[in-house]
Amino acid sequence: MSNESNISGAVQRNDWSLQRKGIIDQERHKERVKEAIRKNLGSIVSNEAIILSDGRRTVKVPIRSLDEYKFRFDHRKRKHVGTGDGKTKVGDVIAREGQGQPGQGQGPAGQGGGAEYYEAEVNIDEIAALIFEDLQLPFLEEKAKKAIPAKTTRFNEIRRTGVFSNLDKRRMIMENIKRHARAGGSARFGQVRKEDLRFKSWEDDNRYESNAVVLALMDVSGSMGEFKKYIARSFFFWMVRFLRTKYDNVEIVFISHHTEAREVTEEQFFTQGESGGTVVSSAYQLALEVIRERFRPADWNVYPFHFSDGDNYYSDNEEAVRLADELIRTCNLFGYGEIGEEGGGGYRRSSGALLSIFNDRLKQKDRFIGVRIDDKEDVYPALKQFFGRRGVEA
Amino acid sequence: MEDREIKDLEKALEQIWEVARGFGLDPYPVRFELVPATVMYEIGSYALPGRYSHWTFGKAYHRMKTMYDFGLSKIYEVVINTNPSYGFLMETNSPVQNKLVIAHVLGHVDFFKNNAYFSRTNRRMVETVSAHSGRMSEYEFRHGRKTVERLLDAVLSVEEHIDPNFFIRREEPTSPREDALRKAAKPPGRYDDLWDIGKPAESASPAAEDERPRGDRLPEKDLLYYIMRNSPSLEDWQRDVMAMVREEMEYFVPQMQTKILNEGWASFWHARIMRELDLPDDELLEFADLHSGVVSPHKGQLNPYYLGYKILEDIERRWDSAEGAGPGGGRAKLFEVREVENDVSFLRNYLTEGLCEELDLYVYELVDEEEWTVTEKRWQKVRDQLVSNMTNFGFPYIVVADGDYNRNRELYLKHQYEGAELDTAYARKVLEHVHTLWGRPVHLETVVDDDAVRLHYNGEEHEED
Repeated sequence: MSNESNISGAVQRNDWSLQRKGIIDQERHKERVKEAIRKNLGSIVSNEAIILSDGRRTVKVPIRSLDEYKFRFDHRKRKHVGTGDGKTKVGDVIAREGQGQPGQGQGPAGQGGGAEYYEAEVNIDEIAALIFEDLQLPFLEEKAKKAIPAKTTRFNEIRRTGVFSNLDKRRMIMENIKRHARAGGSARFGQVRKEDLRFKSWEDDNRYESNAVVLALMDVSGSMGEFKKYIARSFFFWMVRFLRTKYDNVEIVFISHHTEAREVTEEQFFTQGESGGTVVSSAYQLALEVIRERFRPADWNVYPFHFSDGDNYYSDNEEAVRLADELIRTCNLFGYGEIGEEGGGGYRRSSGALLSIFNDRLKQKDRFIGVRIDDKEDVYPALKQFFGRRGVEA
Repeated sequence: MEDREIKDLEKALEQIWEVARGFGLDPYPVRFELVPATVMYEIGSYALPGRYSHWTFGKAYHRMKTMYDFGLSKIYEVVINTNPSYGFLMETNSPVQNKLVIAHVLGHVDFFKNNAYFSRTNRRMVETVSAHSGRMSEYEFRHGRKTVERLLDAVLSVEEHIDPNFFIRREEPTSPREDALRKAAKPPGRYDDLWDIGKPAESASPAAEDERPRGDRLPEKDLLYYIMRNSPSLEDWQRDVMAMVREEMEYFVPQMQTKILNEGWASFWHARIMRELDLPDDELLEFADLHSGVVSPHKGQLNPYYLGYKILEDIERRWDSAEGAGPGGGRAKLFEVREVENDVSFLRNYLTEGLCEELDLYVYELVDEEEWTVTEKRWQKVRDQLVSNMTNFGFPYIVVADGDYNRNRELYLKHQYEGAELDTAYARKVLEHVHTLWGRPVHLETVVDDDAVRLHYNGEEHEED
């Protein structure tokens, strides 16, 4: 048989170390994931997995647009064939919907249920970078006092002398190889001499930043249900993260209120549940006091942000508006977010809710931003509205 | 792996070949190669080494490799259907695993060589895809990576919709002018136009092909071919991309049509061959463990290895004991089956009542939107459902019904509804991709809840009626 002579009895081993195709295409896939994340930031920002990440650096979030679309059958409306353990009878329930359906091993079409989507592993820092790209503290002014320099160190020079901890090994090896090559030998690495050494050297880079304080005010009254609290928390989660990443000296003051307001720690702010009615003016009163005592507007840029469901005591509205006006006068920007019922999309309370009252009665609205949030996906737009580019001096 | 182990493996390889040939297996020559895991997963995710680049391959690669890294699943072998064939073995396989894989691969290669559905398969496919890959990167260079990627996204969304029996169709009707040219049958020369001097210019219009797609070949199952030939909007390089994808799909379709039979065949033979090898006790034990892992039922699913293996064993038994056949009759029957059947005919012809019972096969469906419930145990019904699910290798059967719909060069696709409904959300997305290729409004007719439904997409919005 001619075949026999062709059969090589040897088991081959080749060098595949240059093979990179899978990795290259994996990069292409990652790019797609990134693109998709950028497009889906709205839903990712308020994803539980991230808000409740508890310090984990990467989380899984579902991303719909990464499916490979094909003509396929509706998995849920189709009959499938399976194998049992020998005792299956008509009427046996083999799985429940939503608890991982029995897969079927035939043909690529049958791999998924209707609600299948791609889960991408994302790094929270990367998401944060994407989200914060266009965010900033608006109307930031240079204040007279205490402009604290934000010092950064940049390694931007190479020298022949320096501290050994800053040795640039890569360059050292290059120099060494060059020297050997020059000496007439082959280009190889060997015996290091002093002249091969290269050190990184740095420069101090001082950026001057204005002082800023953000007052996070949150309604924790009884009417703030799970969903509303979640929304407020996700907003403040990103806000705090954003301020800490982008600004070196931003102070954050946490104030929670129901009928009374108190200053709380960050941890309390994010975990506490309370009950009772809502007197918004109490929070504004406390905010004004804090500003007066510790953050005089002459020295500080001040940003109060308040989240509530707007369900204020009727008798308090007058006072709330008056104090809000006062806040606006003393502050760079006053942000108010009103959280509606879950899924209450088109539904707006005509009166009684604080947002409409603010919109009607506030005297200076140029430094007031009010947004309404009815849905998890509204958190990202709210962030963008509060921290959008505004008041940038040319 | 140490050199000594390689030597041992090579010795085993020779032995396995001998046993396989003794059984009457007739594979192409095979080049076996030991590769590291990353390479294994790379070849596995591309199905062929050296194919063009696309993010979906990267996605598959990433998934496979992650599963491997976390110890969730492992590929033991990859086999490439070419002549000579290639069998890739994982470096980290144990000696027994490698022997089993080698025997299994010989089963596959024998099947590739002798099954009728592979008779047209391009056996130099590795070279072909590598040429494709070169052309693809040239297009990426010329037109931009993103442009090519968007086009490929669209083409791949319908890649399975080709006609595997394309080659037995009647000839494309040719225009009279082409016929005349063919009749002349003279090798064209550089100065042929000399002879035309003085002749009246041939009137181009009546003879030239009608620009509109002709209807005489419709309905057309081969969406790729039809769109590639008739799309009003594609440029030449884009048609070329479609042709390349189509050619690669033509190569894969026989494998998709014979998954159960092919895996069953390979498992059947690795078991027979390994039994002949005189393995020491510990290796025998490891082999038994591995083998039972490969051909075991997965509860609630269908394991193609298991199903195919069981049916083949059953065939051998039945024909061995058939009257007048005697011993050897089963073997002969098996070789006939491996030559002429595909999954659909294999199941229809050889899945018996006894097997359905032994394998405890059943039909299940979603009841009240909530519970996946067993609704059928009668063996003929179960078999028919299985066959129907395998038809068109598990994909909906979609045809081009009209390429000039509304007298407006719109594309009208029709789903040949046979009781299973489409996932319309997905179908809409695919229509968007088809629109990218066709460049004009596209329509899809299907059935939802027993009513005919037409999905329309005009490039901006979806409609339905």
